[in-house]
Amino acid sequence: MKGILGRKIGMTQVFGEDGTVIPVTVIQAGPCVVLQKKAVETDGYAAVQVGYGDQKQSRATKAEQGHAAKANTAAKRYVREFRGVSLDDYEVGQEIGADVFSAGDVVDVIGKSKGKGYSGPVKKHNQSRGPMAHGSKYHRGVGSLGSIAANRVFKGQGMAGRMGGERRTVQNLEVVRVDAEKNLLLIKGSVPGPKNSFVTVRSAVKVQPS
Amino acid sequence: MSTLLREVVADQLRSDLPSFRPGDTLRVHVKVREGQRERIQVFEGVVIRRRGSGISETYTVRKISYGVGVERTFPLHTPKVEKIDVVRRGRVRRAKLYYLRGLSGKAARIKEAMR
Repeated sequence: MKGILGRKIGMTQVFGEDGTVIPVTVIQAGPCVVLQKKAVETDGYAAVQVGYGDQKQSRATKAEQGHAAKANTAAKRYVREFRGVSLDDYEVGQEIGADVFSAGDVVDVIGKSKGKGYSGPVKKHNQSRGPMAHGSKYHRGVGSLGSIAANRVFKGQGMAGRMGGERRTVQNLEVVRVDAEKNLLLIKGSVPGPKNSFVTVRSAVKVQPS
Repeated sequence: MSTLLREVVADQLRSDLPSFRPGDTLRVHVKVREGQRERIQVFEGVVIRRRGSGISETYTVRKISYGVGVERTFPLHTPKVEKIDVVRRGRVRRAKLYYLRGLSGKAARIKEAMR
């Protein structure tokens, strides 16, 4: 298991070795700082805590500043933990960059999806819409809510409401290229969230490292 | 588009290509892979469209092959194209020459440009 934090820069395309066009998302991954190592004896589980992006000092609480000071760095805006890493490879205060990954690695990317606001069931739950004309009065509204005999609406019934802005994971994306100098990861396909949003990149859970 | 995104693909952009516009006639030398061997195939026709910018820019070349219209769209910067020869510069009055699809024979000719 490897992991790094970063910022989504945007999408573009690159040419593969055989000339095929590969759509990629560019992620500014790092420099991240190891803020803390969590051990089973003291914390009940093993993990490394990593931070990315300096927080303005006026916005960081004393607690955050103190925590970051132990790693000899400024308070971070985006802090996450990675479990299942080999703890010996990490030191508190150590800087990690995009070169933890190499081209060909398979990763999961976690981000906060774009907020869509209050959305109807057609957009939110992929329901079908009714006819828009010919006297139809059923356009994009919610359809049947289920059986009449149940005398209630079952849990999980799709209805209109807030959509997006949730933590989402996209699994099994391929790392196409790594730019260690600029700390950039080029990952095949799209990742959740708007540009400049924070994302977590980790080794794919469902792929056993070979 | 952020400057960072442009930097990422900067090394893939080709600068060895001639400038051409819709209406021009091109000979596009395409690398074709057959098993282990690689050879060059020439696709000659009229540019009917150029779209996009940067790494994603593409152009479409149309030719009549055995009486059938054939159009191929190439990414401008693809490494699959060995080289492009501009055979003829055409004078046209619009950017997208889709009207050529409805024309054939003499009517589908394009005047040579005085550039």
